[in-house]
Amino acid sequence: MATAATHKNGGMTKDLIVFALILALAGLQFVIAYQNITASEMLVRMLSVAIIEAALAVLFFMHLAENRGLLWFVGIFTVFVLLALQYGWTDSFRVLDGVKWAK
Amino acid sequence: MSQADLSIHGQVSRTGATEIMTAPTFSVAAKKMAMWLFIIADTATFAGCLVAYGFIRNATPDWPRPFHSISNVAVMTLVLLTSSLTMLIAERHAWMGDKAKAFLWTMLTAVCGIMFATLHLREWMGMIGEGATLFHNPWGTPLFSSLFFSITGLHLLHVTGGVVALIAVGLRYRGGRYNADDLEITGLYWHFVDLVWMFVVPLVYLLNLSH
Repeated sequence: MATAATHKNGGMTKDLIVFALILALAGLQFVIAYQNITASEMLVRMLSVAIIEAALAVLFFMHLAENRGLLWFVGIFTVFVLLALQYGWTDSFRVLDGVKWAK
Repeated sequence: MSQADLSIHGQVSRTGATEIMTAPTFSVAAKKMAMWLFIIADTATFAGCLVAYGFIRNATPDWPRPFHSISNVAVMTLVLLTSSLTMLIAERHAWMGDKAKAFLWTMLTAVCGIMFATLHLREWMGMIGEGATLFHNPWGTPLFSSLFFSITGLHLLHVTGGVVALIAVGLRYRGGRYNADDLEITGLYWHFVDLVWMFVVPLVYLLNLSH
């Protein structure tokens, strides 16, 4: 856990740098939205940027960088849940390829 | 050892002596661990909603792209990201023991949250004015409106709850009932709400931008 000492040691400069980085990445997402690329390419690029943004926020804004044990705990659970949710994607292509929605 | 350290490593009895009970999980106080568990559960909720949205969007051939301008969502993003910075400043002042400044920055964070919610509602009103409702979509499949209002509504609900929590915890912190730990835990929730928006914007708004 972040203690008073660690909070005092990490100055506002670090917070401002991380904030500027996240802001720049958010801006990059808007630039990607106007690129002349396919929707799937756009999705991959935007999600990649969003994951980097989220990692910065979790590590520095939410202070997980200061607690490795908690970082692993949160990381493993979250990544497992997110990966498990990808199970059904292939079925959306089946629906797209001609099978109607159930009535 | 400071009061903050005592609250992590043990409990302070009524006589003032430190009693080391059991080592807290990952050296995290129970209430902070509870917030992290809530955040993990809420991540699953939002991820479930966004994956369901992706599934339906992918399986619907004529998916509408009704957004012509990104200016409103860009301002909303800027306001929400800035609110995370103001919350960080509040946390730092709280840890340094500057109660007045910590309270001021917490209230500024709440104001940013209110601004975000106002801009969001303004956007909703615009879309409703064009005929989009939870069960009707003037641009094609009604699934678009259902998903748009559901996902952004769930996020807006979190922002509203966060604003209420910020004001309540801020006032109690100023009154001496809560400490810097409590303010930091509220900050964790607020940063999480910000984090979710980083995924809602590209998936729900930017991918549905008309070119």
